Amino acid sequence: MDYLTLLQVLDSTVRLATPLLLACLAGLFSERAGIFDIGLEGKMLMAAFFSAAVASVTGSVWLGLLAGIASSMVLSGIHGLASITFRGNQLISGVAINFLAAGLTVLIAQHWFSQGGRTPSLMGGGRFTDITLPFADALSGVPILGPTYAELISGHSILVYVAFACVPLTWWMLYRTRFGLRLRAVGEAPEAVDTAGVSVIGLRYAAVAICGLLCGIAGAYLATGLQAGFVKDMTAGRGYIALAALIFAKWRPWYALSACLLFGLLQAVALRYQNIDLGGFIIPVQVMDALPYILTVVILAGFVGKAIPPRAGGEPYVKER
Amino acid sequence: MDKMPAWADAFLVPLISLILAALLSALVILAIGESPTEALKLMVEGALMRSAGWGYTLYYATNFIFTGLAVSVAFHARMFNIGGEGQATLGGLGVALVCLYLPWPHWSLALIGASLGAAAFGALWALIPAWLQAKRGSHIVITTIMFNFIAAALLNYVLVNLLKPAGAMDPASATFPDATHLPTFQQMFSTADNPLFRGAPANISFFLALIACVAVWLLIWRTRLGYEIRALGHSESAARYAGISPVRIIVIAMLISGGLSGLMAVNTTMGESERLLMNATEGAGFIGIAVALMGRNHPFGVLLAALLFGFLYQGGAELALWTSIPRELIVVIQALVILFTGALDNMVRMPLERLFLLLRRTPKGPAE
Amino acid sequence: MTDPVPAIELKGISKAFGPVQANKDISIRVMPGTIHGIIGENGAGKSTLMSILYGFYKADAGEVFISGKKTEIPDSQAAISAGIGMVFQHFKLVQNFTVLENVILGAEDGGLLRPSLAKARGTLKKLAEEYELSVDPDALVENLSVGHQQRVEILKALYRQADILILDEPTGVLTPAEADHLFRILDNLRAEGKTIILITHKLREIMEITDTVSVMRRGKMTATVKTSETSPEDLAELMVGRKVLLRVDKTPAKPGAKLLEVTDLHLWDENGVERLKGVSLDLRAGEVLGLAGVSGNGQSELLEVLGGYATATGSVRVNGKEIALSGRDCTGQARRAIGIGHVPEDRQHEGLILPYTAWENACFGYHRDPSYQSGILMNNAAIREDAKGKMERFDVRPPNPNLAARNFSGGNQQKIVLAREIERNPDILLIGQPTRGVDIGAIEFIHQQIIRLRDEGKAILLVSVELDEIFSLSDRIAVMFDGQIMGVRDAAKTDQRELGLMMAGITGDGTTDAAKAAQHG
Repeated sequence: MDYLTLLQVLDSTVRLATPLLLACLAGLFSERAGIFDIGLEGKMLMAAFFSAAVASVTGSVWLGLLAGIASSMVLSGIHGLASITFRGNQLISGVAINFLAAGLTVLIAQHWFSQGGRTPSLMGGGRFTDITLPFADALSGVPILGPTYAELISGHSILVYVAFACVPLTWWMLYRTRFGLRLRAVGEAPEAVDTAGVSVIGLRYAAVAICGLLCGIAGAYLATGLQAGFVKDMTAGRGYIALAALIFAKWRPWYALSACLLFGLLQAVALRYQNIDLGGFIIPVQVMDALPYILTVVILAGFVGKAIPPRAGGEPYVKER
Repeated sequence: MDKMPAWADAFLVPLISLILAALLSALVILAIGESPTEALKLMVEGALMRSAGWGYTLYYATNFIFTGLAVSVAFHARMFNIGGEGQATLGGLGVALVCLYLPWPHWSLALIGASLGAAAFGALWALIPAWLQAKRGSHIVITTIMFNFIAAALLNYVLVNLLKPAGAMDPASATFPDATHLPTFQQMFSTADNPLFRGAPANISFFLALIACVAVWLLIWRTRLGYEIRALGHSESAARYAGISPVRIIVIAMLISGGLSGLMAVNTTMGESERLLMNATEGAGFIGIAVALMGRNHPFGVLLAALLFGFLYQGGAELALWTSIPRELIVVIQALVILFTGALDNMVRMPLERLFLLLRRTPKGPAE
Repeated sequence: MTDPVPAIELKGISKAFGPVQANKDISIRVMPGTIHGIIGENGAGKSTLMSILYGFYKADAGEVFISGKKTEIPDSQAAISAGIGMVFQHFKLVQNFTVLENVILGAEDGGLLRPSLAKARGTLKKLAEEYELSVDPDALVENLSVGHQQRVEILKALYRQADILILDEPTGVLTPAEADHLFRILDNLRAEGKTIILITHKLREIMEITDTVSVMRRGKMTATVKTSETSPEDLAELMVGRKVLLRVDKTPAKPGAKLLEVTDLHLWDENGVERLKGVSLDLRAGEVLGLAGVSGNGQSELLEVLGGYATATGSVRVNGKEIALSGRDCTGQARRAIGIGHVPEDRQHEGLILPYTAWENACFGYHRDPSYQSGILMNNAAIREDAKGKMERFDVRPPNPNLAARNFSGGNQQKIVLAREIERNPDILLIGQPTRGVDIGAIEFIHQQIIRLRDEGKAILLVSVELDEIFSLSDRIAVMFDGQIMGVRDAAKTDQRELGLMMAGITGDGTTDAAKAAQHG
């Protein structure tokens, strides 16, 4: 494998890791606040559709992004209603949201565009274009560093940079701000937050809303950045891989970045090569497909460092004496 | 005292949730410019007014009975088995191996063999998540989701690299030998002058599903194991006190659950397609969740809910055929049913409880 | 002469939960700079009243005045602003946060943490010096002892500049030494002019530290008196509404053969902490051995080991025969089979399956008994019939075996458990907290049953955190502290003082070898 191929694989890794990373951070906010969310997949899918649909109708990708975020946040609202206000089962609510998105997107797509559950292909202003960072062309002549900068670091859509910027931002919010302190507390011991005079419900809704926002961006990136338009079930399990990455990262932002890059790399490799020949021993492509899930199970099993979720996760808060 | 009578909790809450889901679905149909009443009429005609329609409805219902029972048994042990999809996938593999590689003289023996194979493979696929949950506390919801994806990759590999006949294009196994073909309803119930269930896939495994309903009912409410499963589901600490091993019960309940999911493949792979296909489960593993929730984890309720979803599935197919409403409408309805009966049930229960409290208090006059 | 303004005044507070009247027309005045005790039995409504004061519940009727000003307290935030701090029985701390983070949570200055943390560090240092409240500000709460965690709770309240501090059963989980320290802290706080409300059901604490005391019974305030003008006996009578029999009628025990011999029992919990550190004791037929101690000193673990659902190392002999302490033969079923009955400490989470009917509960743990089976199925009719008889004989009300266990009162739930365990005619009965949350009438019945069993020649191991209960039932008393038996005393030849010292880890006769002490008798 020559250096340019490597760069291309890594470049594709970055692109594929972006939606995972956004969804993973979305899940991080929600689960750190004690609300389990297996509905990341559905929210992304919903956002992917609405961003593509609105971008296609209006020709503006930014309006598309807004619509995607809004639709994802509506689903977040439903999840909040079920799991916070009505103290329902968060896992079941998440499952319902995934199906709701899977069904509604196709239903509406068919009704609006009559193209078999997809949106028209996006063109021009309907897509996020790649940004060439300053000096990318000028530096491309420099060996190693030049192509790295030009290929790998420069030349992504704005949402890729947003996603990567979200990592330090999330870390800072979580560990350096009042909101972060309260958010972490409400996922560990909501009764402590409540008796300290802070609204558990308010905090949890805020967390769920941020989760919706980030899932919205993730979905919009899928349909308007990574690809040009919405197709049925286009998230293809990314929400679950993001969930896996979240567990892999033990609910910490920087580790989430590494986990998403790792899973993105696996996807990139699986996309580029069918079977990988390791000196006579052939790894079938299906192994690459399954690897994120297998790794997550191994992590969950606690054989490689135990993943302990936030203590109050999944439990609705009921005031007790 | 309980806030409301048990019958209200068992029937009224799911019924109202179902009505809410139905109303919202009607709104969705309205929103895409179709008439809900017309749609319902089409669905009823297509699914229930002809024997062929019933043949499809019951075929789908068979799948949902198995997966619904699977989710229910796990729920009784307070395990949320979301891995029905993967377990059914593996069940299909079990069926295929049994049908392809063992010489069967007659379908009845093949049915027994395939059922054992399906249940064993399904159970096996549930075993690892169960063991990890019981022994290492790994959250079973996450592990079973992961195992769904791993199962899909595994089946893909097996079909493409091992089972696909040489020269074939699509990733599917060879067709099973004739001796393993199950009698369909058409063969069983048609007479020369009165053809019934023509072309419909419903087959003898529907009766297997009914037997499974009775067996699960006996298991849960009449056997020691069921008593222990429910006890563990209600309170792990109490179960430990009583000498019930949580590890043992979790593993057994999940094995039964996985086995039931796997059995679904007898209907699809052996009864219908007669060869192993990719995506043979068609999401039935997930519909089991809706069915179990609506059926309140009771086999009789599961049966009713499975019939309802069978109707929805077949009706939805009819809709897609005759109108511009895609089949995904059913996915939306399924989502709404899960949402209302599983996650928003308190939204229905809370006002009902208040109503019953009010009803109970008024005849006694003002409170002390 | 004008009356000073009370720090807190409650007027006519009422609160009902459905048909249950938890608080009925309650009025109290608490003067600033005093410690006011509120005493009452479990379920008398003390905690409800304080939850109203802290904004957890909304009162149906009544008014609250803080320093003479009428104050609405719709939520905890309002209570905090009104200068009320509360130390709950179960601490409200974030376990994996540092002390500092816990203290500032909800009382941060501004959106960024750094300045708040710096400020809190300074304040904590001052408070520590002022009130003997020292805690390492950077320690994680989960690594602190119970006593220190409680200090964090008090610090939280003081950091929010609370003038009124409510403590709900603060000594339940403390050793006597820790409790003494707490009382010194409270003394200091009172000296600084803080107002303290102490909720407890322990008469001794009321007499020791309070200035005034209110007694609650069945949701009503039955009296408010100056502590100096009352006696424990008077208070006890006010609490339960009639003269209390502090001793149960019983004849001297006639101990027989050793039925249970426990030698050098060790148990490590899942975090690797040693919870039982070489426990040895023995139990004879026809006697009640009371196991006293502050909760959390290994009593629960000992019961779990003997009951067969915790694994340990060491030796336990029943009727001279060694029994398994781990592995396949260490189960509740195996213990029941050799005649060990067990009334667990927590009937709601262990003894009963609350959603199960009474009849399903009446065979719980014995459900594999052949008499309950018919073929591969369970013989539900037989179990129901059997349950009906048990419920009648133990006067369970209502005597309806089809009712779910959660619908019975605490006392009747306990009777269902007792009936199940006693009617199996065990040689050895383990009983944990037999009367916790049980009404007076049922307490007498339960105590009589225990004595009756003893007189029938059964061996009874009684674990209770209520010293009074230990005294009134036991023939011998063993005291547990920090996973060890501090000593065994003849019930007739010891007193609360000696036991109290032992509960704090100090043996009265100077014996240092706890294991040796446990062997006598």
